[in-house]
Amino acid sequence: MLSAIHQRKPVQLFIGLGIGIVFGFLLQKGGATQYDVIIGQLLFTDFTVVKIMLSAVITGMVGVHLLRSLGLAQLHPKPGSWGSSAIGGLIFGVGFGTLGYCPGTVAGAVGQGSLDALFGGVVGILIGAGLFAVFYPRLSQGILRKGDFGELTLPQLFRVQPWLIVPPVAIALTALLLLLEKVGL
Amino acid sequence: MGWLTAARWSPYAVGVGIGLLSCIAFVFSDKPIGCSTAFARTSGMIERLFRGNKVLDKSYYKKFVPSVDWEWMVVVGIVIGAFISSQLSGQFQFQWLPSKWVASFGLTPVARWLVALIGGVFMGLGARWGGGCTSGHGISGTLQLAVSGWLAAMSFFVGGIATATIVYKLLGT
Repeated sequence: MLSAIHQRKPVQLFIGLGIGIVFGFLLQKGGATQYDVIIGQLLFTDFTVVKIMLSAVITGMVGVHLLRSLGLAQLHPKPGSWGSSAIGGLIFGVGFGTLGYCPGTVAGAVGQGSLDALFGGVVGILIGAGLFAVFYPRLSQGILRKGDFGELTLPQLFRVQPWLIVPPVAIALTALLLLLEKVGL
Repeated sequence: MGWLTAARWSPYAVGVGIGLLSCIAFVFSDKPIGCSTAFARTSGMIERLFRGNKVLDKSYYKKFVPSVDWEWMVVVGIVIGAFISSQLSGQFQFQWLPSKWVASFGLTPVARWLVALIGGVFMGLGARWGGGCTSGHGISGTLQLAVSGWLAAMSFFVGGIATATIVYKLLGT
């Protein structure tokens, strides 16, 4: 039944829109669509972003692995390499620290009326993504392949079943959140 | 219904909500939530308006066809959802200058626009270089325990913390 829904494109576009609306609503209510909050995280004065991300990861990690064990969901880990994930991540980070939004929160910032997000952020990201398409033929033969590890997951890396990794990671991330609260951040 | 009009929710409530939303996306759409391919596709769509169908021959746009897809609708939804949230709380406001920016760099909108534009270019380039953003890698990738997600998420924050520190501590007043 679920795979029948997955294959119906108009239904999927509608579900995507609905998921986006809830996502944008949550991001705005959390303060993550505000430049001040994101930059505050990168300068260690406001830990809202880390609190949102870690509680999302804990919930989603346990939930998605449960759904997978029940046969209701499949994982889709992205492939990666050191040249792609780490170098691309650092370039993204330079943008993160100057723009003060990310591709999801910049859309949320537009929705709340932030003009720097619309005319600076969105336009810049479109230009940057277009530049990548120009460089892609050369990059894909070179640096993007360096240190390729494919669609590897942590359970595969450590050669254990996922349920040996999920609880310790959930406990460690929860402990980190408790520690943040305890020191008053 | 006071919670709908509240200015802020607990970050934990928001995070748990996003985690549950990810589960819904996996079950009903068989997809992890992400945002940055929507920008790549849109960039291709805009280029196609000017250069015509030869844009579709670019190898990157063969991989990410410039058309509306599920993730593109997610990004449109984010704009709408944040609009609704900010309208309900009365926070919606056309604003060029965030207050933290003003405190260090003053009241010139052009300066903020230029920095945001340059930052956006790095972000768009880096997101597609690394194959994802704070949503696709930072939340969806890490929650699937993907090595690419954890490596990219750590790199986002290392780069972001270093850059924000340089911008504010060295260049700001």
